[in-house]
Amino acid sequence: MSLLIASTLDDALAALAAGARPIAGGSDLVVGARHGKAPLPTSLVAIDRIESLRTIVGSADGGLVIGSGVSHHTIEIDPTIGAGWSALADASALVGSPATRHVGTLGGNVMNGSPAMDTGAPLVVFGAEAELVSVGGSRRVDMASLWVGPGRTSATADELCVAIHLPARAGRSGSAYVRLEYRRAMEIAVVGAAASVTLSADGAVESVRVALTAVAATIIEVTGLGGSGGSRTSVAEVAAAAESAAASQATPISDLRASDRYRRHCIGVMARRAVEAAARRAAGETIAIPVNRALGIGAAS
Amino acid sequence: MSESIDRDLTLSVNGIAYPVSVDTGRNLLSVLRTEIGLTGTKEGCDDCECGACMVLLDGQPVNSCSYLAAQAVGREITTIEGVMDGQQLHPLQRNLLEEGGVQCGFCTPGMIMSATALLARTPSPTDEDIRIGLSGNLCRCTGYAKIIAAVRRTAGEPRP
Repeated sequence: MSLLIASTLDDALAALAAGARPIAGGSDLVVGARHGKAPLPTSLVAIDRIESLRTIVGSADGGLVIGSGVSHHTIEIDPTIGAGWSALADASALVGSPATRHVGTLGGNVMNGSPAMDTGAPLVVFGAEAELVSVGGSRRVDMASLWVGPGRTSATADELCVAIHLPARAGRSGSAYVRLEYRRAMEIAVVGAAASVTLSADGAVESVRVALTAVAATIIEVTGLGGSGGSRTSVAEVAAAAESAAASQATPISDLRASDRYRRHCIGVMARRAVEAAARRAAGETIAIPVNRALGIGAAS
Repeated sequence: MSESIDRDLTLSVNGIAYPVSVDTGRNLLSVLRTEIGLTGTKEGCDDCECGACMVLLDGQPVNSCSYLAAQAVGREITTIEGVMDGQQLHPLQRNLLEEGGVQCGFCTPGMIMSATALLARTPSPTDEDIRIGLSGNLCRCTGYAKIIAAVRRTAGEPRP
């Protein structure tokens, strides 16, 4: 086995083109290998020291570009993300433990492709795109096109996710990510929901997006919630609609963590709470990151 | 400059350089314990869950059971053997003993490493900060209250 510690993106891409697999914190790859999920690749390229992957930069249109190597810890405490893209900070703050959040990266979470990934649903409701680069060029794909199944993405083996692009947020917008958890650390989402809400000046819901964690083969977006011009306008009505739609559109499995029936019930509750919390933030209320704690979800401390 | 590693690598642990020759798939925990002989870092779950294997990498907590040793090249690793000042116990060690936060002791090195990282970034933590800081460390003996008390007490004292 060999490992290249890459200091530049070009070196990493050349290694990927030659058949190496990328590793950042290793929290999925190394643990997965030990569980027999997949053996460690014989050729690895470590991408955690490539500075250009570890930056958070505002884009000209008011959006944000987060390097794939940015850690969950950095996302959790970044004031720009916390203020503008709160649901992503909510999600990163719930990942694993402090150690996991220091080594685990946004790119690793996204490219691991788990339907239980915490950062996925927030990225969907923000309309994010992943930037994939290889020696042959680069492309941007939306999240729904990236995830094609549990643990599978549409990226080719020689492509590296270098950044996540977040579009600018409209005024009077808020977002939140909540998840059902049995304990407060080292937990994997039983189910989770992210919501992004934009309010009109009179407090009615102008637009809403909701995405769900751990209830389908990939992260899924709830459809049919309407938005601008829709008949539902109050936060309460939209939250109720999200609860009903989430429960009906989920196709959960039964496993060690929960039965399909329990997941289907709880995903509705999580979707409603996510919409309600997002709307409170959109109205200007400050709710500390992660919103799970403020809402009292999960085991008591 | 990118660096290619096949077998031979040097790890800096507690300020000392240790050259080792290992498969690059080996985790840091096994190299620390069996190649370098620093057995204070414990193997508990071997699954990134219990925190007994916690070490600091450039000051940040890392589960060494799930981190490749080769990826630690060029970084400073701190283990429990590196926290004492000569023969003087680190304040966290002393306070864990005085508060009764140690019973079987298996989780203690990992607890101390996580608490060290916590106090470095949050010198005056709330109890909630302490709980979050130690949330990746399991203890099956003490019930945590005395461990939290030891960290709280340490935060109120001068530290090296």
